[in-house]
Amino acid sequence: MKILVNNAAREIAGPSLADAVEQLGFGNAVVATAVDGDFVPARKRASMMLRDGHAVEVLAPMQGG
Amino acid sequence: MDFYGVALGSRLLLGTAGYPSPAILAEAVRRSGAEVVTVSLRRESGAERAGQGFWSLIRELGVRVLPNTAGCHTVREAVTTAQMAREVFGTSWIKLEVIGNHDTLQPDVFGLVEAAGLLAADGFEVFPYTTEDLVVGERLVEAGCRVLMPWGAPIGSGRGLNNLYGLRAMRAHFPDIPLVVDAGIGLPSQAAAAMELGYDAVLLNTAVARAGDPALMAAAFGQAIEAGRQAYLAEPMPMRDMAVPSTPVLGLAFRG
Repeated sequence: MKILVNNAAREIAGPSLADAVEQLGFGNAVVATAVDGDFVPARKRASMMLRDGHAVEVLAPMQGG
Repeated sequence: MDFYGVALGSRLLLGTAGYPSPAILAEAVRRSGAEVVTVSLRRESGAERAGQGFWSLIRELGVRVLPNTAGCHTVREAVTTAQMAREVFGTSWIKLEVIGNHDTLQPDVFGLVEAAGLLAADGFEVFPYTTEDLVVGERLVEAGCRVLMPWGAPIGSGRGLNNLYGLRAMRAHFPDIPLVVDAGIGLPSQAAAAMELGYDAVLLNTAVARAGDPALMAAAFGQAIEAGRQAYLAEPMPMRDMAVPSTPVLGLAFRG
């Protein structure tokens, strides 16, 4: 399916957000996820089914002030 | 001093952005004595995984983290970012920024109050980046904030305390709420001035990160903040418009 990952078009197999996180190479990385602007906790990624056009955000720790 | 029941020895909260290298960041944190550092969340690349190395570095420092919602311009962005930060960093502390203007990076105080209420109701312990406006401060406290963080000057400007009167009034208006000057500090003397007003702590980043020697500047800020705190506790003398001789004049020679 075609989704947006961090605002870049990506083709993934899915079908769940947990699958997508794995397929995108994040595996065991410390990241947080959101779909269409709503936070999806790690424990709910497996039950969050993606579809074409979903906008997925994958965020990680970064320097901040 | 404590924030939400967490007692802290250092009154300096240090940002982690803009240092010449991770090693210099680590050294600056150590030299500053800060027990709290601010961090953020950004988009991660599955290939580069830049955030993972940063997170390892911070964890090795053994300090508490205060995640921010920097760059968020809407309540929804800020709330979602806060929720994501809570999961990633494992803390309910959040430095809440809802930015209202691109040039000044000043807070959108209306969005700030709304987001603070939503987050406090969801169990967050909110550190709102606000202005020195007293009514906004009251609304934030009503929304559940137990710390207020007024700006000294626009973020990254290094201008110091732009509104001494307003900051002094805020201290007087909220005697029991921990107050942190957040943003705009450029020099240790400015941080000391904030502490002399009775502020509980200072949060800064650029002044250290962009100094020629960040670790040395971090140490200077740590000392200035401690000096300012001690000066506040020592109760400074009142300012006068006219001179008052400090050397006794009684018994002065050559006077009739």
